[in-house]
Amino acid sequence: MSTDTFSNPDMPGYVGFANLPNQIHRKSVKRGFEFTLMVVGESGLGKSTLINTLFLTDLYPDRVLSSAQENIDKTVKIDVSTVEIEERGVKVRLTVVDTPGYGDAIDNTDCFQSIIQYINEQFERYLQDESGLNRRHIVDNRVHCCFYFINPAGHGLKPLDIQFMKQLHNKVNIVPVLAKADTLTKQEVAKLKRKVLDEIEENGIHIYPLPDCDTDEEEDYKEQVRQLKEAVPFAVVGSTTVLDVGGKKVRGRQYPWGVIEVENPNHCDFIKLRCLLGTHMQDLTEVTQDVHYENYRSERLAKGGGSPLAAAATAINNNSHSSTNSLPSKKQINSPPVVGQEKDRMVMELEEKEAQIRKMQEMMARMQAQLQDKK
Amino acid sequence: MPQAGPGVSPVEGVTYVGIDTLQEQTRLKALRRGYTFNLLVVGRSGLGKSTFVNTLFKATVARRKSGEEEPLPSTTEVKTVSSSLSEGGVRLNLTITDTPGFGDHINNENCWEPIVSYIEAQYGRYLQEEQKVDRLLHIPDTRIHCCVYFIPPTGHSLSSLDVEVLQRLDKIVNVVPVVAKADTLTLEERAAFKERIRADLSDHAIKVYPLQEYEDLDDAPENMKIRERLPFAVVGSTTWHEIHGKKLLGRRSNWGLVEVENKSHNDFAYMRDMLIRTHMQDLIGSTAERHYENFRRARLSTKTTSKVNIVNGQDTDHMEDLNESKI
Repeated sequence: MSTDTFSNPDMPGYVGFANLPNQIHRKSVKRGFEFTLMVVGESGLGKSTLINTLFLTDLYPDRVLSSAQENIDKTVKIDVSTVEIEERGVKVRLTVVDTPGYGDAIDNTDCFQSIIQYINEQFERYLQDESGLNRRHIVDNRVHCCFYFINPAGHGLKPLDIQFMKQLHNKVNIVPVLAKADTLTKQEVAKLKRKVLDEIEENGIHIYPLPDCDTDEEEDYKEQVRQLKEAVPFAVVGSTTVLDVGGKKVRGRQYPWGVIEVENPNHCDFIKLRCLLGTHMQDLTEVTQDVHYENYRSERLAKGGGSPLAAAATAINNNSHSSTNSLPSKKQINSPPVVGQEKDRMVMELEEKEAQIRKMQEMMARMQAQLQDKK
Repeated sequence: MPQAGPGVSPVEGVTYVGIDTLQEQTRLKALRRGYTFNLLVVGRSGLGKSTFVNTLFKATVARRKSGEEEPLPSTTEVKTVSSSLSEGGVRLNLTITDTPGFGDHINNENCWEPIVSYIEAQYGRYLQEEQKVDRLLHIPDTRIHCCVYFIPPTGHSLSSLDVEVLQRLDKIVNVVPVVAKADTLTLEERAAFKERIRADLSDHAIKVYPLQEYEDLDDAPENMKIRERLPFAVVGSTTWHEIHGKKLLGRRSNWGLVEVENKSHNDFAYMRDMLIRTHMQDLIGSTAERHYENFRRARLSTKTTSKVNIVNGQDTDHMEDLNESKI
């Protein structure tokens, strides 16, 4: 390290922008990261245990399991819990969205409505924030990743699983997970994985594609990513109990016939799943931003259409750098920025009112439908 | 060999009549006829029902799936497979009834109806035969003697579908609830799960076999022990493994071998003992004496012909029918 920070005689012509990544790194570390993870699956598949195992926290300290009586007439709820975790100075604000009640009723045709609605609401909120006047502190609550828990009993995907994934693969990154993998022997796991992947392909479902790495990455990293790709869907086992196995303290599950270690790659894919989260958190966020959010946005704007929104959009366009949208209406209107700001505010208010009215209409339609069912 | 009574000399006492040979005569007759046992397995797909039944009878008695893929039926179907087993000269005509498509759909409303109508249809068929003027001496018995209900090992409690189905089934057939794939749960989880299920069953007044109200006093202590263990947490397997020279049925994974017959690993041995070795005759008998009679009473009392026997009370009817029934 040189004492003179402004010039480095050993490297003539050194400008110093190779330092850029460090600057970005320092800034983002200070700002912290936000990540939202959604877990979906029938009850009893070990979702909460897996989350606690992954993040080494207890996100559900006051959890009470419901009895069968309470299970009847249960609707799908959305449970959001946020926790700040820190590792080596890097702070992450992790939000876990749980979906209790999914797949538990006798008639499950509507169980993913509330989930789709939640995801859309987050996109909508982000869209509003992005189109707003003060964009300094946009909170990103969009769902970046969805772990979908597949029941290991059964022979592959159930009709409910296929329906859910078809409806959500364009809105969120789906990572399929084989729950409670300690039920299965190694051959059964391999067979089930192949079956699940075949069914996913047959139904044209797009799960989160782990990106191939560039050829200039290190061999180890490439090998790691290759192994990750092959292991999808991940067969996981979760446990927060620490056991003593041969003098070593490991997290696992104790059976009369043996102990399954959570962090042993020969026993289950937990390590790989954790690695996925660790190495691809940034990519998951990017794909959510670049693909799912953009899809939502273009659909929404095409629907919402007309001049008010387009005017607001053009105002943003004039202020910020060019973004990758291709709506033709934007190019036509050319309102001057000063007057545009005044219009902006009114337009924003109008939009909000419209959104509110739409929400109330939806609620009324839903209540009417419920009344019809009860009859 | 004739047993001597207290006041009789051992060798061909004067007062020896020979009544005790009745048992032997019955046994020989039954041996010749063979026994019939009809088992119904109900549960979502993938819970190991067919494997379990094959393990129970140590033979391939369950319906074999044609190849790997069978399309999911749009409603619950009822399929039966009959086989004849023989052991020690005793012949058993075993029929296993399976219910593919149960509980596997997105909307499972009324998925239990085909099952309920199947059970009642068997009672109906028996009743019809019984009522014929020229009826068969030995009516073929297709009535379901025992229904094994497979509960998925979630570790939480009974699902609403489980409750709905069990509430309907327990009134028409002997129901034995079973926790499937019990190797998913550790022993503590299993105990807690069983307790919650028992609480759920009593909350919803679901009566499972062995029923407390109809048992003989002699059977009470044994049945009590069985009830404490309900629902049985079982593991099924038809693959043999060799450990220390011994051949064992089990499931092998990277971290251990789950032994099917090992009582500390799962309740399969207890279930098998109850179902086959101690309570099979009671299952057959209670189906004929109780569930079938309930059905018969309900069916006949809805008919308005003069041939109907007005029901006085449960006991008298029961006594009457016992006297009339053949051995």
